Amino acid sequence: MRRNLFYAAAALCIAGFAYTQYLIFYAAPIDRLLMFNQKIFYYHVPSAFVLFSAVITCGISSVLYVKGRQGKHDDIASAAGELAVLFGAIMLITGSIWGKAAWGKWWQWDARLTTSLLLWMVMVGYVLVRKYGGPGSERLAAGLAVFGLADVPLIYFSVRIWRTLHPKTSVVPGLQGPMRTAFWLSVILWLVFFVLMLATRVGTARAERLLEETRERGLDEGLFE
Amino acid sequence: MSGRRRTTEGVGYLRHVSAIAWKDLRIEFRSREILYTMTFFAVMVVLIFSFAFLKENKDGNVVEVADIAPGFLWVAVLFAGTLGLSRAFDREREGDTMRGLLLSPIPRSAIFLGKAVAIATFMLVVEAVIVPLIWFFFAAPMFGEPLILVCTLLLGTAGIAIVGSVFAGMLLRTRSRDVLLPVVLYPILVPLLIAGIKSIGAMMHGAPQESWFWINFLIVYDALFLVAALWTFESLVIE
Amino acid sequence: MKIEAVTISKLTKRFGRHRALAGVDLTLRAGRLCALLGPNGAGKSTLLGILSTLMRPSSGEITYRSDGKEQLAGAELRRQIGVLAHDSFVYGALTGIENLQFYAQLYGLDQSAERAAELLTKVGLDDKAQRRPASTFSRGMTQRLSLARARLHDPTVLLFDEPFTGLDRAGAKALTDTLVQARADGRIVLVVTHDLASIGDVTDHVVVLRRGKVVFEEEREQSFSAAVLKDIYHRYTD
Repeated sequence: MRRNLFYAAAALCIAGFAYTQYLIFYAAPIDRLLMFNQKIFYYHVPSAFVLFSAVITCGISSVLYVKGRQGKHDDIASAAGELAVLFGAIMLITGSIWGKAAWGKWWQWDARLTTSLLLWMVMVGYVLVRKYGGPGSERLAAGLAVFGLADVPLIYFSVRIWRTLHPKTSVVPGLQGPMRTAFWLSVILWLVFFVLMLATRVGTARAERLLEETRERGLDEGLFE
Repeated sequence: MSGRRRTTEGVGYLRHVSAIAWKDLRIEFRSREILYTMTFFAVMVVLIFSFAFLKENKDGNVVEVADIAPGFLWVAVLFAGTLGLSRAFDREREGDTMRGLLLSPIPRSAIFLGKAVAIATFMLVVEAVIVPLIWFFFAAPMFGEPLILVCTLLLGTAGIAIVGSVFAGMLLRTRSRDVLLPVVLYPILVPLLIAGIKSIGAMMHGAPQESWFWINFLIVYDALFLVAALWTFESLVIE
Repeated sequence: MKIEAVTISKLTKRFGRHRALAGVDLTLRAGRLCALLGPNGAGKSTLLGILSTLMRPSSGEITYRSDGKEQLAGAELRRQIGVLAHDSFVYGALTGIENLQFYAQLYGLDQSAERAAELLTKVGLDDKAQRRPASTFSRGMTQRLSLARARLHDPTVLLFDEPFTGLDRAGAKALTDTLVQARADGRIVLVVTHDLASIGDVTDHVVVLRRGKVVFEEEREQSFSAAVLKDIYHRYTD
């Protein structure tokens, strides 16, 4: 990612977050039912958006990697997988807190929560395979991600028919004024943040690879004898 | 002309699949190692689950069995199936025969399909033992609608065999593969397990329409992953 | 459509961070026996793996030139390649005959027990051994079974990876004779080995691999003696 573009986006992100926090805590009104606890909604839902973006990114780059075996696709998939685990954890924790505030229980077996949990588990499995699989684990992890991606609709439907308790998506279109601004701004900023972290992580992987290639070339020339 | 060639290719493909499957079945028939260990393990799982979860009322009758028996069945099948998958693919590590198969001119996806058929057969044998066992121990109404039972078991087993064989094949050269097989396999199988459990449960509660819904779901699941597996197996197994 | 030459061009292979092959250019011709030498980790097995279609190269390509016009690939290509490696590729639970019958089935050949028995007798496995499970074989017997399996489908390209390990003198001599016969038949033979004595006087193409690159290559009309091979090996690998 171009250096300047990266810094510009990062700066915008920081500024945006600062502004959003102001919006969330000062401009947006207190929710009638949940009172202050509702504020966590501005963190929970955006992190869910990021989780799903990360899962889809990982899935698609894994498909590309399986078919083309290009290192850059594997780098993106690996980075997206790690970020999926991170943001998925944030989503589950914030969702749990919200659930306790809204329904009095730390966990509910409803469709959305269970589907997200399962997807998160697939991504945790992905990271575990990459970490402990030894050489050649990129292929296996890519296979898992491909099958995981294919599984997403099936998980969703099977779990949904099994349970339903989550507030319907109708919450979001119903938002008005400052709440709406704060919410959508949060979503956009979290997604930008995700892309920035993805770029950083991919850059690290690429740098490692370049270093290794340079080292090989040095060994070829006999520089390290 | 081309129509006939395609039919011959299709028949040839199936013949390759059955060659691989028969080889596994023949080897297994001699030692019966996988069959015995899988069955024993499945029975133990059912027993342990009953110690853990069963409640009896004062008359000594098991309560709410229709709610938990399907779970027992599918967990036992899943665990035993995982064991069988590991062991069946481990066999291809001895003498590195998996590479021998990959070197031969048969389509690589036929290797996967042959192994899946063999493993599904082992699992069906185990189920033939477990289902009557659950009926026997818990007086569970397993045979209310035999067609539903058979369809659910066949489709569910096929799904586990298909997805399991792809992953087990990929794991062949991987470190920590015994631990990683459940790690990669179980999250993907959850929809299948939900469908299988719900189908049998609905049958026991006398709601066959619901069972048929879940059976259709299993058909979609199996079809989707069969296509995914055939499409990706070669790429995943060749380094 | 017999393969007449195998041309390897700018072949590289990376396993994650590790670079196994770093640009290999090589041509193997029919009727030649090529010895692929090199220290451990040089990439010899990797090169063989790619040649046998068990691995995909990271970059570069391999062309299998035949007398026909089409490029061979996939199943048709595998039909013409025979591999003998350190692993036996045989099923311990099946007998010698059953192993050959199974592979004959995969290659679309005559699956009869008689034909299998005939092939096994040719490699020196007696009647009793043929009917025992392969898990009871000695190393030498397993090697003979593997050899019969590798040549079952009459392949044009023969790839041998450390075939002499664990063989006694008689076994090694028999294997060398097989290689010579294959070369005389016009096949393409590639042997990776450290056993320079067994490969001496029959090799007419030598390639030395080091750190994934070809550091020495020479083709001659007459063979390289074992002493010359040793000399070349030490010169380029110490």
